[in-house]
Amino acid sequence: MSGTFLGMPSFPKNAEKALQDSQLRYNLRKATHTIRAKRATVVEELPDWLELRAAGKAIKDETLRHLDRYLLQVEEAVTKAGGHVHWASDADEANEIVTGLVRATGQTEVVKVKSMVTQEIGLNEALAKEGITAYETDLAELIVQLGDDWPSHILVPAIHRNRSEIREIFLEHMAEWGRPAPDDLGDDPRMLADAARLHLRERFLSTKVGISGANFVIAETGTLVVLESEGNGRMCLTLPETLISVVGIEKLLPTWRDLEVFLQLLPRSSTGERMNPYTSMWTGATEGQDFHLVLLDNGRTKVLADEIGRQALRCIRCSACLNVCPVYERVGGHAYGSVYPGPIGAILTPQLRGMESPLDASLPYASSLCGACYDVCPVAIDIPEVLVHLRSKAPHGPAERLGLKAAGWVLDKPVRLERAQRLATRFRGLVPKRRLPGPGAAWTDTRDVPPVPEESFRDWWDRTEGGSR
Amino acid sequence: MRVALFVTCVNDTLFPGTGKAVVTLLRRLGCEVEFPAGQTCCGQMHVNTGYRDEGVRLARQFLEVFSGYDAVVVPSGSCAAMVREQYPKLAAGMGATRAGAFASAHGGHSPFAEAVAEVTPKVYDLSEFLVDVLGTTDVGAYFPHRVTYHPTCHSLRGLRVGDRPTRLLQNVRGLELTPLPGADECCGFGGTFAVKNAAVSAAMCADKVGNIVATGAEVLCAADNSCLMHIGGTLSRLRTGVRVMHLAEILASTEAER
Ligand code: SF4
Repeated sequence: MSGTFLGMPSFPKNAEKALQDSQLRYNLRKATHTIRAKRATVVEELPDWLELRAAGKAIKDETLRHLDRYLLQVEEAVTKAGGHVHWASDADEANEIVTGLVRATGQTEVVKVKSMVTQEIGLNEALAKEGITAYETDLAELIVQLGDDWPSHILVPAIHRNRSEIREIFLEHMAEWGRPAPDDLGDDPRMLADAARLHLRERFLSTKVGISGANFVIAETGTLVVLESEGNGRMCLTLPETLISVVGIEKLLPTWRDLEVFLQLLPRSSTGERMNPYTSMWTGATEGQDFHLVLLDNGRTKVLADEIGRQALRCIRCSACLNVCPVYERVGGHAYGSVYPGPIGAILTPQLRGMESPLDASLPYASSLCGACYDVCPVAIDIPEVLVHLRSKAPHGPAERLGLKAAGWVLDKPVRLERAQRLATRFRGLVPKRRLPGPGAAWTDTRDVPPVPEESFRDWWDRTEGGSR
Repeated sequence: MRVALFVTCVNDTLFPGTGKAVVTLLRRLGCEVEFPAGQTCCGQMHVNTGYRDEGVRLARQFLEVFSGYDAVVVPSGSCAAMVREQYPKLAAGMGATRAGAFASAHGGHSPFAEAVAEVTPKVYDLSEFLVDVLGTTDVGAYFPHRVTYHPTCHSLRGLRVGDRPTRLLQNVRGLELTPLPGADECCGFGGTFAVKNAAVSAAMCADKVGNIVATGAEVLCAADNSCLMHIGGTLSRLRTGVRVMHLAEILASTEAER
């Protein structure tokens, strides 16, 4: 992944900072609860939702099992339709390919369709190094780009901003990137959208290279599919003379028919709509447009090799898991130090990047394992299962290891537990209610300690023969 | 019917009253309850914190101790979910190891997988045992207080106990059950999460406590003392005056006792 997040502190430290931002917490709570409720309504109205979910899971599993075959099928179909297919094993390779392709056109500006994968590889930064400016055209991505900010949500990258903040960003920064915002700009959503529309329209009409990702790639026909709400994506896909699409290798679907399942699962899970306003599909080059497809690995085959972890590759980036996550709701996306925040980020980032840095090693623990994410996931990724699996592979601190090993030793034999319990009851008067020492302080900062009872259950049972004496 | 009580290590050590309440309640309903002395812990804390080997060792011990019973009753949604939901996954995960692969290649399942298949279907959370096995939602309890119920994540989304606990509470004489807003949201306990991510855990609990206080209830009830220790610790720190009680303790209360 890109180096943007290098050197970030661990999740708990980032979270602590984020929790102090009451504006952020208010914005997030409002936004996540709104989308959450919308999703619940449109999911509940489908009598066959669970069947759809099972089908989505099965189709993705089948694709991943025979990914080698389907990838070659895509290459063949796209090439036959006049497109060019490139293979990139990592971020650097993908960036090099795309930069080379843009340079070959002689252009220094590109317009971008909202895409997670190009953020994952840090494409905009790589292009900038070569003197090429990438313009984000998704409204929320535009807000993030103008504000020199990071996206904090997969679907709603500026979820951490409210409209008065957006107004300020537009007034202050739009002029640096193109057509300025009108001086009398208000914070009414309609006015904000109008300002963005005028700003972006000029860009669409003048830029000759478009860059996108894809929600799906259909192996049998080589067709790419992009779902969006604004229509800005369609402008980027159709107007430029050169279109470059960077797609993770897990985005494939075997057949055209499989799409039916996902066109129901995705919009209902992501925006809480029955259907998204714009669905664009294209196959190879079209008249007046060159087409390049860059197929990206960047750690995905490594994930595929892990029997439990691989289910993360089923993800269709709907972000339903973020919207129901109680941890995400309180700390927002930036604390996860990755373009993939929330529950999916907590299982995907450590697999793609490894768990060497303190941040990446802390991500599998950024969850109370409440299971709300698994419940809503449209492709039934058992996120808690993967979290627990990753925890068993994560490095453990010496103090914690000692504590858990000791607990394991005590619990190994009932007589050891009994002795430990008697020790605790003997000294029960010494256990402070309000301030525990050492790591226990993390508990008593906000919580009282329950009193240690006079007698354990075990001893009570022995003494009274189960209460019969 | 041979009924065993798996009291759980947390209840055994810190909340013996819950274990006693289960015994009282089940005897009142005509069950013979045994307490197998070889029990300690289901292994959840170890597995969920990333110490899989220790967790599996405890799981083996659990399966050995509780083999042969008709039912194992657990007064903790998350420990019951650990056994019923996570043990099979641990067994499946072992298939990925060489020893497991060897066993399945030779037509057999590992002894662990066999024990999981034998024991885990007989493991019940208290409310499941009462409603599904004993077939009752009125246990003859009396508890004249205003109560709100927090369903806890692992009962709700792991075991899917649904409305069993609230049906039981609704039939308690004198008890006024007030619905808890945002009931299905996590309280922020999450085992070692409560200390590893203490700030987030506390923020989650603060919202939970706000909702509890808003109900005007005197008692917060749940079927898991771990969550109650966390929420109760916060309720007490904030001097809200709201008490916490395990479901078993409310269901065990009768007029005669008072
Ligand atoms: S993990 Fe599931 S719920 Fe989360 S973004 Fe991916 S598909 Fe959506």
